[in-house]
Amino acid sequence: MSEQNNWIEIGKLDDIPVLGARVVNREEGDIAIFRTADNEVFALHDHCPHKGGPLSQGIVHGHKVSCPLHDWKISLETGVAVAPDEGCAARFPVRVEDGVVYLSLSSD
Amino acid sequence: MKERLIVIGNGMAGIRTLEELLKLDADRYDITVFGDEPYGNYNRIMLSPVLAGEKTIDEIMLNDDAWYQDNGVTLNKGKRIASINRSKREVIAEDGSSLTYDRLLIATGSTPFILPIPGNDLDGVVSFRDISDVDQMLAVADKSKHAVVIGGGLLGLEAANGLMEQGMNVTVVHLPETLMERQLDTVAAGMLQQSLEERGLHFLMQAQTESITGKDRVEGVRFKDGSGISADLVVMAVGIRPNYTLASESGIHCERGVVVNDTLQTFDPSIYAVGECVQHRGEVYGLVAPLFEMAKVCANHLAHHGIGRYEGSVTSTKLKVTGIDLFSAGDFIGDENTEELVFQDAARGVYRKLVVQDNKIKGAVMYGDTIDGTWYFDLLRDQTDISDIRQHLLFGQAHLGDSGHGDENRVAALSDDAEICGCNGVCKGDIVKAITEKKLFTLEDVRAHTKASSSCGSCTGLVEALLSHTVGGDYSTAPHLKPMCGCTEHTHDGVRAAIKDQQLKSVRAVMDTLEWDSEDGCSKCRPTLNYYVFCQWPDAGSDDNQSRFINERVHANIQKDATFSVIPRMWGGGTTPDELRAIADVADKFKVKTVHVTGGQRIGLYGLKKEELPEIWGDLSKAGMVSGHAYGKALRTVKTCVGKEWCRFGTQDSTKMGVALEKMTWGSWTPHKYKMAVSGCPRNCAEATIKDLGVVCVDSGYELHIGGNGGIKVRVTDFLCAVKTEAEVLEYAAAFMQIYREQAHYLERTAPWIERVGLNYVKEQIVDDNDNRKALAERFLFAQTFVQDDPWKERAEGTDRHEFEPIKTIS
Repeated sequence: MSEQNNWIEIGKLDDIPVLGARVVNREEGDIAIFRTADNEVFALHDHCPHKGGPLSQGIVHGHKVSCPLHDWKISLETGVAVAPDEGCAARFPVRVEDGVVYLSLSSD
Repeated sequence: MKERLIVIGNGMAGIRTLEELLKLDADRYDITVFGDEPYGNYNRIMLSPVLAGEKTIDEIMLNDDAWYQDNGVTLNKGKRIASINRSKREVIAEDGSSLTYDRLLIATGSTPFILPIPGNDLDGVVSFRDISDVDQMLAVADKSKHAVVIGGGLLGLEAANGLMEQGMNVTVVHLPETLMERQLDTVAAGMLQQSLEERGLHFLMQAQTESITGKDRVEGVRFKDGSGISADLVVMAVGIRPNYTLASESGIHCERGVVVNDTLQTFDPSIYAVGECVQHRGEVYGLVAPLFEMAKVCANHLAHHGIGRYEGSVTSTKLKVTGIDLFSAGDFIGDENTEELVFQDAARGVYRKLVVQDNKIKGAVMYGDTIDGTWYFDLLRDQTDISDIRQHLLFGQAHLGDSGHGDENRVAALSDDAEICGCNGVCKGDIVKAITEKKLFTLEDVRAHTKASSSCGSCTGLVEALLSHTVGGDYSTAPHLKPMCGCTEHTHDGVRAAIKDQQLKSVRAVMDTLEWDSEDGCSKCRPTLNYYVFCQWPDAGSDDNQSRFINERVHANIQKDATFSVIPRMWGGGTTPDELRAIADVADKFKVKTVHVTGGQRIGLYGLKKEELPEIWGDLSKAGMVSGHAYGKALRTVKTCVGKEWCRFGTQDSTKMGVALEKMTWGSWTPHKYKMAVSGCPRNCAEATIKDLGVVCVDSGYELHIGGNGGIKVRVTDFLCAVKTEAEVLEYAAAFMQIYREQAHYLERTAPWIERVGLNYVKEQIVDDNDNRKALAERFLFAQTFVQDDPWKERAEGTDRHEFEPIKTIS
């Protein structure tokens, strides 16, 4: 994460359910913000590489999310589909400071 | 410092165990493998197709050198371990080098049995066990004509067929009267022999080999009766023996194999053994399926999880000779206490025999058409009561109502572009290609790589049949005690029992108590656990929203474009102008794209945005409508006809009955979706005989039918009983729903559940046992007191608001 990223505040950590997700609405496509059991936060383009399912609506387990449409598993850390499936959802930098979640809109 | 694990044996059992171990804990051990053969790990059961020229050695490699490197496993090819020093915990190789271990895994497999007769060591006498045997056979086949295979068992016939495919003139010599006497009865064996003779094989039955003749090379085979036959190649395929010499010489207790307990440990607890070299509960196995089950359990213990148990396997056999369909499992001979069900059509070359005792299948033999082998095998393993399907049993599963797929079920004859899995659009060719190219041999692997059979599961039988056709036979069938998912070794039933016995009242408590392998489960087990907890503790169990699938989390159905649909309840299929107006108003106000009448007599609104849902529900609530639960594993609809109120044939008030049933059951969660119907007369306009519970009104009262399914796999209901009063209908309906809720596995509909447990069981519980029925119905009604609040109304009032609002909107 470079310092040049334009971080925007999106809300509190507590606004995201543990093992759940919230969505950041934007015109270029929604971004899903996930919170795992170990309280890590990840952000992915809310679009499964398989058939575009909204990943934010999936079940979060470990550092993965299962797409609600066809159960593809996507790594929250990398956005890459778990083998043997192939594909990738864009990843966005996200960080938490003092219980506040910041997101950078420049995907990496 | 890492612990050291040494594996002796680079075959299928040893390496499979490593694969399982690496999945569980890749960093625990420094792993070293010793293998006799100069190859990586290959699929030994595919040697027959290699010999027959249908596959190459490269095609049957399972793990190449790169796999060992990638996983940090040191492989010593062609290095044989001479002894084990257990007090020093070290293994000593034949070249004198030694290596210490913390844990040792013996996977030395088996060795071919060589007849102790003169000439058995001549050039040109080979066994059929490994790649070098196949190489030798192919070399001889290239330039010589006559081959003799001693042994008319599974392996011998596969070898004979392969050599014949290589252009040799092959004679099979067999001591017993019939071929494959350990797998086939005399009829099936006779059909097999005839078919093989038609292909060009020769047989000498009841022929006892006395010696193999020749100077340096084999020249012929001589028999006890003085006759003889010339041969350029003799293949000994009279059996295999567990290879336990090394273990035995190292002081490990061995009988017919290395004796292991249910955790695959030998009498020396730091030494494990798996595969064909072991003897477990008195059994030795020579097939691949048990070996995979052992590998899984052994890996679990090596990874210090320590919860798996291997409890033995029931095995089945298929012959890997292309074009010959043959299947056998269990005790197919029977005795004076068993009955036989036999189907024989000599002209078509079809034979099947089932050995039955106390209405349970003990064994099966099939020849010519083995498509139902996996089904019979399931019935055998599960010990399903077959009394109710007995009259159709021999005609196969297709005959029980696999609608539309009946004739297609002959997978072998299907073209490559025939669709096998309708949910995921997977064709036969895709599956066969994945199995061959990616070397798959379990159903789970095929599901992962092709997605076939991974959705609704109705094509599982077809996929299994394809797997066995492609791999050639003894692929790994699902173990008898199948773990719930990859996150645990516990079965569905085991988990349910633990939730009850140990008072586990949350998903977290179940995972902690039962030592889940993964931190917080997966998308399969979490919804399952959530359901089990809630079903067991309707009053005190905590419902974990994040363990519910999105549909149940937001009480609407997610569609392919990420919009949602909602369906208001219409009690017993009835509605009013006011309700219709409310629906029309909502459709107008929210510009609903599609308004559609469903198959369950309701009106669905499609294309709704998630954010709009609470407001839509608010409007519908105000008009007095509640959620139709069309999204959940729950009571969906109660379909009715208009019955005697309007219909000139109606015998009872079916609409009122349907409304009463729906008022009683709405809001209940079930293992899978659950549908009911009430038909006012035996004309059955409400299609009650393909519902989970169907009521057919007759003059004398009500007929109750259960276990129907109108979905992909149509199944007509089984008749449960007839009752006289409405009150009885409600009590039976509640009791049946509750026993299904308490005992079926999550995502198992009533139809497969009843086929698994048997209709008789359900009758015993609900019809014969009045107290039990009343207790079940009471438990159902008690649970209902906690769920009959409209989830829509709650959310319209603000519950779970976070689900429906974005955390932030960026314009």
